[in-house]
Amino acid sequence: MKYAEGSPIQDTKAPEGPIEDRWEKRKFAAKLVNPANKRKLNVIVVGTGLAGGSAAATLGELGYNVKSFCYQDTPRRAHSIAAQGGINAAKNYRGDGDSVYRLFYDTVKGGDFRSRESNVYRLAQVSVNIIDQAVAQGVPFAREYGGLLDTRSFGGAQVSRTFYARGQTGQQLLLGAYQALERQVAAGTVEMFTRHEMLDLIIDNGRARGVIVRDMVTGEIERHVADAVVLATGGYGNVFFLSTNAKGCNTTAIWRAHERGAYFANPCYTQIHPTCIPVSGEYQSKLTLMSESLRNDGRVWVPLRKGDDRLPGDIPDDERDYYLERIYPAFGNLVPRDIASRAAKNVCDEGRGVGPGGLGVYLDFRDAIGRLGRDAVEKKYGNLFEMYERITGENPYDQPMRIYPAVHYTMGGLWVDYDLQSTIPGLFVIGEANFSDHGANRLGASALMQGLADGYFVLPTTLGDYLAAGPFGEVNEEAVAEAEAKVTSRIERLLAVNGTRTPDSFHRELGRLMWDYCGMERTEESLRKALERIPELRAEFWANVKVSGANEELNQVLEKAGRVADFFDLAELMCLDALVRSESCGGHFRAESQDADGEALRDDEHFAHVSAWEHSPEGEPVLHKEPLEYDYVKMSQRSYK
Amino acid sequence: MAVTGAVMVLFLVGHMLGNLKIFISRDSFNDYATALRTLLEPLAPYRTLLTIVEVVLAVSVVLHIWAAISLSRRAHAARPVKYAAKKSQAGGYATHIMRYGGVTIVLFLVWHLLDLTFGVVNPKGPVSTPADRMIAGFDPSRWWMTLIYLVAVVMVGLHLRHGIWSAFQTLGWANRNRYKALRTGAALVSAVLVIGFLAPPLAITFGVVK
Amino acid sequence: MNLTLKVWRQSGPSDSGRMVKYRVEEVSPDMSFLEMLDVLNERLILEGDDPIAFDHDCREGICGMCGMVINGVAHGEQVATTTCQLHMRHFEDGATITIEPWRAAPFPVVKDLVVDRSAFDRIIQAGGFVSVPAGSAPDAHSLPVRKEDADSAFDAATCIGCGACVAACPNGSASLFTAAKITHLSLLPQGQPERLSRAKAMVDQMDAEGFGGCTNTGECTAVCPKGIPLDTIAQMNSDYLKANAK
Ligand SMILES: Cc1cc2nc3c(=O)[nH]c(=O)nc-3n(C[C@H](O)[C@H](O)[C@H](O)COP(=O)(O)OP(=O)(O)OC[C@H]3O[C@@H](n4cnc5c(N)ncnc54)[C@H](O)[C@@H]3O)c2cc1C
Ligand code: HEM
Ligand code: SF4
Ligand code: FES
Repeated sequence: MKYAEGSPIQDTKAPEGPIEDRWEKRKFAAKLVNPANKRKLNVIVVGTGLAGGSAAATLGELGYNVKSFCYQDTPRRAHSIAAQGGINAAKNYRGDGDSVYRLFYDTVKGGDFRSRESNVYRLAQVSVNIIDQAVAQGVPFAREYGGLLDTRSFGGAQVSRTFYARGQTGQQLLLGAYQALERQVAAGTVEMFTRHEMLDLIIDNGRARGVIVRDMVTGEIERHVADAVVLATGGYGNVFFLSTNAKGCNTTAIWRAHERGAYFANPCYTQIHPTCIPVSGEYQSKLTLMSESLRNDGRVWVPLRKGDDRLPGDIPDDERDYYLERIYPAFGNLVPRDIASRAAKNVCDEGRGVGPGGLGVYLDFRDAIGRLGRDAVEKKYGNLFEMYERITGENPYDQPMRIYPAVHYTMGGLWVDYDLQSTIPGLFVIGEANFSDHGANRLGASALMQGLADGYFVLPTTLGDYLAAGPFGEVNEEAVAEAEAKVTSRIERLLAVNGTRTPDSFHRELGRLMWDYCGMERTEESLRKALERIPELRAEFWANVKVSGANEELNQVLEKAGRVADFFDLAELMCLDALVRSESCGGHFRAESQDADGEALRDDEHFAHVSAWEHSPEGEPVLHKEPLEYDYVKMSQRSYK
Repeated sequence: MAVTGAVMVLFLVGHMLGNLKIFISRDSFNDYATALRTLLEPLAPYRTLLTIVEVVLAVSVVLHIWAAISLSRRAHAARPVKYAAKKSQAGGYATHIMRYGGVTIVLFLVWHLLDLTFGVVNPKGPVSTPADRMIAGFDPSRWWMTLIYLVAVVMVGLHLRHGIWSAFQTLGWANRNRYKALRTGAALVSAVLVIGFLAPPLAITFGVVK
Repeated sequence: MNLTLKVWRQSGPSDSGRMVKYRVEEVSPDMSFLEMLDVLNERLILEGDDPIAFDHDCREGICGMCGMVINGVAHGEQVATTTCQLHMRHFEDGATITIEPWRAAPFPVVKDLVVDRSAFDRIIQAGGFVSVPAGSAPDAHSLPVRKEDADSAFDAATCIGCGACVAACPNGSASLFTAAKITHLSLLPQGQPERLSRAKAMVDQMDAEGFGGCTNTGECTAVCPKGIPLDTIAQMNSDYLKANAK
């Protein structure tokens, strides 16, 4: 696939000066909207996860006229609900040496020097407010006997800065945001549209002015116009078909915005989570994450010998390879996600994997049970063990769990500036849908932090600055009609094919292809192969997909088909981005770029930039580079040895 | 529901204690019946207290039934289409026993009043002492009458086994630490009531009390 | 395994609906219940039939989107398990499985097994929140919470809003759902200022939606995938009675 190189871009919104003061400065410089005017300003927020839910609630509270959309039957079910482990915040309640600066430092380093310092610093600063806000809303975080909040260390962090609510942190935080949102619905500031899927963006006069949505119950194509549009539609991990994401997660909203001119940044950065329950068969519809906290006490191993098919309990210690402890003595089982994932892949590639198809490694609690006692282990992990047993039918107290890496999170997303505004004026993107803060790898418990930072604290300020120039008047009827016609004709096209393969079967095949060629380890060859295969498969899709039923009803096949169609286009861009970025960094591992120990090797000279892709209707994407500079954290090679 | 139920429970306890007097002697039982009518005399006219109790009870019964009917009407309205298959996971005990049991109790109540209060269907007729009516009513030859009472009283017992616990829950006085105690207590009170109410008729039918 | 399914099919709210029989063959015991339906649906699509519509999203037992009455039991007979987490190994080869939507007037059927649960949102709108604008919160440590209270609040807060409690309740009552939220917020110091008004508003909304009254049958907790305890309802009643006494 060919691409063109366009002019570099710069994020000009971040103020200059000491990093600690930048957000303060930006807030002060932001124009304010007169309270009486707010009611006249309409904002559309698509998505009700942590990012969208908190944003819509806050904007409503501020007095804007908000319309909120989600594809589920209620905003409370957004995929954020599934986050288990926790949320980071630089509260330093433990006095263990944490600070805003340290969280900033860890995040920049964890992101493998591919994120923006200004953004990350702001995230760390705002993190403390999030906890205050959540607690005030009644989020039941874990507490200690003294009544104060408990924290734990998470995903390799050396300080205890992760706040959690058992294994359901995302749920509790989302319910907090959801309740705040419903409060605004009751107050009349937010109008809620559930079971509505955004299918296109309306642009008038260069500004984002609305969305075209499909009412998923009646099939009606509706137009909604506003003075600004906020996308908070989550990640696109489902391009791999199998991932830990909810079944409905999709790229449709951001992809259509991309087609309308919003740049797509770093699409190839995907995070593979090391501790998921392995695939059990062809019918597998999604993968389930087992919280990373399990690695605090579980030990990861595979048999030393290839093809050793004894039961795990029958394999003596000296015939086991605790490979993480062996290769990374300093961090052991707690190495970052990308490293743990790749190590698992490597041992499985060597033929030492366990379980169906040899795609699994053991996560063993034998020693923890021996050391702490079964009760203590049950107290800590009981619900996770139950979940594991429910799915696999195996009891992890008696035999080790089997785990395997799975796609979990996408660091890439629509490009946004410091204000979270995309390259389309008036289109703001928040949460996992943007690319902003995690660089090439996200630290555990930082996505929840980012979503809420964006929604509760950052966007309400920066959007106000944009809206201060509004309202922007009537929207040109032609622009609306054009977008609507595009949506309608696409639906008609999907329904008209009437071929012989289901959308799911295409999705499965695409996912398999992406996993094999653009998954944990990428090579020039694999990516070229993928770039060849994807267009073929897409052509077959448009010639041979079968979408049953009609538009004018609840039609889950049609919904699926539309999403799969967008995944094809996104997959292609991902592979192209992965091909062009011939270095390894964070979650993006190019086999050609590794050091003698097989570790990811960055190429800062050529790739210390954000790759922002511009869509061009003729089909040749244009690459804009945003250079990254590090004034505070010295660039260094990650080492967890 | 809970309040009216509680009133009735209190009444039942008193009623049962009174009934047990039949074991002491006919006169003791009759005295009790008289006392019910003459209590508070001469401060208040004959039958004042009893009338108050009767009115409160009648109101309770009516309200209780009215509440039961309105609950079940709401239940029907809330589920217009029935399940093709429905399996209870909590034993289904409470559901059936409360509604159907309740109806059985009403029918019985009518019969009971006609029998022992007004004596209309009692062999001794209305003009007789309470003890006579009771002893004649449960004569061994009328074993079926005893059987009716047996079934009805057991129904009341089952109703209360759920009802007493449920009333605490409805009034917001229950919590998970008290559940066990409440359930046991409810079962105990119900059992005592059942035994206490059944003892006289059974004793009469089996000729222990004549 | 081979199975016979009897599934409720209803093309829309105005259709009266009926049970339809399907055979599914070669079901793997490791499949989840929804994966089994996926396999059937793939076949139905190719045969030109309308696939069975059902709600689902996370397939991890946390979003609360899935839910069907399986063999007469909401979410199936496996305790503390949502439909999406139910696996076929709990069924016998050759079994007939009856599948129906949640049945309650306030949950009208949208299509097949999909129902409209927006009544739950309206109950939350009535008062299921703490009024605290973003940015105005005091430091999180300014108000310690007893661990026991935090834990009990958490137990109540784990409700996923699936509606199984309503589906299972012989009265079609939404008490467990409503009580779970009221209790969650009632047990925390942050929830105190609005405690009684919240209980009153939410219970009144629940009644206005047309849910039945609670008779403490306990069917709800028995099917609740999160095991929301029954004493939340006592807590709700207590708060509600106090609110009305004021
Ligand atoms: C299993 C799992 C566990 C995780 N655990 C953690 C953790 O412990 N800590 C942590 O920090 N992060 C965790 N993450 C990551 C984190 O949960 C997500 O990144 C984050 O919740 C994303 O939030 P969001 O608001 O951006 O999007 P989402 O929560 O995904 O919300 C997307 C919203 O957009 C709507 N939407 C999407 N497309 C459309 C459309 N076309 N039209 C209309 N609406 C649309 C959806 O309805 C939904 O409301 C986890 C992720 C997974 C998968
Ligand atoms: C007269 C016929 C009766 C009918 C139709 C009837 C019906 C019912 C019904 C349907 C309930 C609701 C279930 C519940 O809330 O748990 C109930 C509850 C109850 N009943 Fe009855 N009942 C009758 C008689 C009685 C009697 C005679 C007593 C006591 C002596 C009684 C005591 C109770 C109590 C204590 C409750 C629990 C109230 C609550 O939880 O709110 N009932 N009854
Ligand atoms: S109380 Fe239980 S059954 Fe009812 S909605 Fe909540 S989780 Fe579902
Ligand atoms: S699909 Fe989310 S709970 Fe079942």
